[in-house]
Amino acid sequence: MSERSEGTAQHSERSERTVQQGERTIQKGGRSLSLDAALRVERPGFVLDIQLTARPGEVVALIGPNGAGKSTALRALAGLEPLSAGVVHLDGETLDDPAARVRLRPEQRPVGVVFQDYLLFPHLSALENVAFGPRAHGVAKRQARTLAQEWLRRVGLGDLASAKPGQLSGGQAQRVALARALAVEPRLLLLDEPLAALDAATRVDVRADLRRHLSAYDGSCVLVTHDPLDAMVLADRIVVLEAGQITQEGRPAEVARAPRTTYVARLVGLNLYRGYADGPVVRLAGSGEVTVAQPSTGEVFVAFQPSAVALHPERPAGSPRNCWPVTVSTVERHGDLMRVRLAGVPPVLADVTAGAVADLGLTPGTQLWAAVKAAETRVYPA
Amino acid sequence: MTRSRPFSTRIPVVLGIPALFGIAFLVIPLLGLLVRAPWGSLITHLHEPGVWEALRLSLLCATLATLVSVAFGVPLAWALARSEIPGRALIRALVTVPLVLPPVVGGVALLLVLGRRGLVGQWLDQWFGISLPFSTTAVVLAESFVAMPFLVLSVEGALRGADRRYDEAAATLGASSWLTFRRVTLPLVAPGVAAGAVLAWARALGEFGATITFAGNFPGTTQTMPLAVYVALETSPDAAIVLSLLLLAVSVGVLVALRHRWVPTA
Repeated sequence: MSERSEGTAQHSERSERTVQQGERTIQKGGRSLSLDAALRVERPGFVLDIQLTARPGEVVALIGPNGAGKSTALRALAGLEPLSAGVVHLDGETLDDPAARVRLRPEQRPVGVVFQDYLLFPHLSALENVAFGPRAHGVAKRQARTLAQEWLRRVGLGDLASAKPGQLSGGQAQRVALARALAVEPRLLLLDEPLAALDAATRVDVRADLRRHLSAYDGSCVLVTHDPLDAMVLADRIVVLEAGQITQEGRPAEVARAPRTTYVARLVGLNLYRGYADGPVVRLAGSGEVTVAQPSTGEVFVAFQPSAVALHPERPAGSPRNCWPVTVSTVERHGDLMRVRLAGVPPVLADVTAGAVADLGLTPGTQLWAAVKAAETRVYPA
Repeated sequence: MTRSRPFSTRIPVVLGIPALFGIAFLVIPLLGLLVRAPWGSLITHLHEPGVWEALRLSLLCATLATLVSVAFGVPLAWALARSEIPGRALIRALVTVPLVLPPVVGGVALLLVLGRRGLVGQWLDQWFGISLPFSTTAVVLAESFVAMPFLVLSVEGALRGADRRYDEAAATLGASSWLTFRRVTLPLVAPGVAAGAVLAWARALGEFGATITFAGNFPGTTQTMPLAVYVALETSPDAAIVLSLLLLAVSVGVLVALRHRWVPTA
């Protein structure tokens, strides 16, 4: 009897598991119109190991310092880099699964790539470049050319169809590259530093254009960039990659507000410290301490804006709870303000006006006092 | 003035004198040819029987040999530059052997393999009744044998220099490796192929040793210009000079016409 009931219990457990699996399958069905990848690429002295997903219509930005493995991840998705382990699913189809000896060649993958320096075929006109993909997919020549002309029109280059890549400006070449990648109607679009080759003035326009095209695109999109602004403007979700690992992931606003690594903090221009909170005082991991407005306990991050840092030639009398001696290391222009990098315990970034730089005589080596009001700090659990 | 002629362009004496000797050594024999040419009887000599026949045969065989070299040499160069076939280094070494091999030895080798009693030749003769030696085909084969390595090395160099990421871009657009080769790789290395073809053509045009060994010296079928020059030198030196001048004019003419293709204009 008891055995039986155990058996029943087991059975129900199993059926529950089946249901769960069914749900997961359904979820996968829901997720099946998307990218779902686990990438592991091993090279001497470097290992990339990340999980990456992207829903249809979602733009995911891979952001990270040079050598973090961003481009390697992109190449692995495109099939240009073999996986050491992992799996790439796209819309329920397996593109890569080394364990099962499945590996679709790049030309077999429904993936479009915009390369960093575009790699437009120099001997073909803009139109022929865009028509290349459809032609390779077996579209008749005339039809492919019509299609290409339509794509060029869509990216605003309808009248440059016969131009060779060498005659195009950087921004125009970028648009042709985008049209070329989209003309094969990929289900996954990969962009490797799509704006890095452009000068600052062109960049603003092309970025806005790219944003428009990406929001019109209904497949999944993974974008590699080292520019936080590109990521903020273009992406629905940011994945921070450092030394082959994901260190933070979230919506752009979340990542910007609550960075979890020094790299991200520097990227978004925040002072970030990790420490141990004991009430209103956080003892920092490096050394030094910060008094904060929201008391808490345990491992926390403390963040505050560089503009919240006040600089004084003498120790200020009065209210600021955090006040410590610092030495100027560098002064750089940052938008309308000057960003001052200060050595001290802890080191800190401060934004001041050009007038203040002159008044305080800020040059590398100047000794000052930095002050931050507790109310300007933000604390969140590590 | 001083700016347009910087100090560093001055040629040191130690280099300048050998350089002058080098130029003299290369140019004076050609000048000698011009000085000693029987200008008065030039037209007569040009109308001697066999002259135009030899020139026609030379141009035809050199061009066919170039086509053979391109047809087989470009794929071979691709395999050496791009594929991961095992023993690539060895294959490359073997390909370059005809470059350093005395052409006569190449001719002997061809005769041993393709001759009527040769390793392959006997079967060609028995099965198909084909006999290669001492035919115009033999001339083309002999010239291809010595000329193809030039093309292979030139094209392989171009392929190594070409940016492989264009191939990757083509692949991500759905192009098979054959389509990528045709539409992307080959157009990108076209200057290298042209340079190699010109080198191969020039080498084939001047071919002597392998041709006379494997194809013989029959006016009208295998006697190319270099062979005709050699034969004429024994009987009528003036005719030999005229033939040499003609060969010189044709080859220089072709090279000048194609110069911008393979010599980067400084």
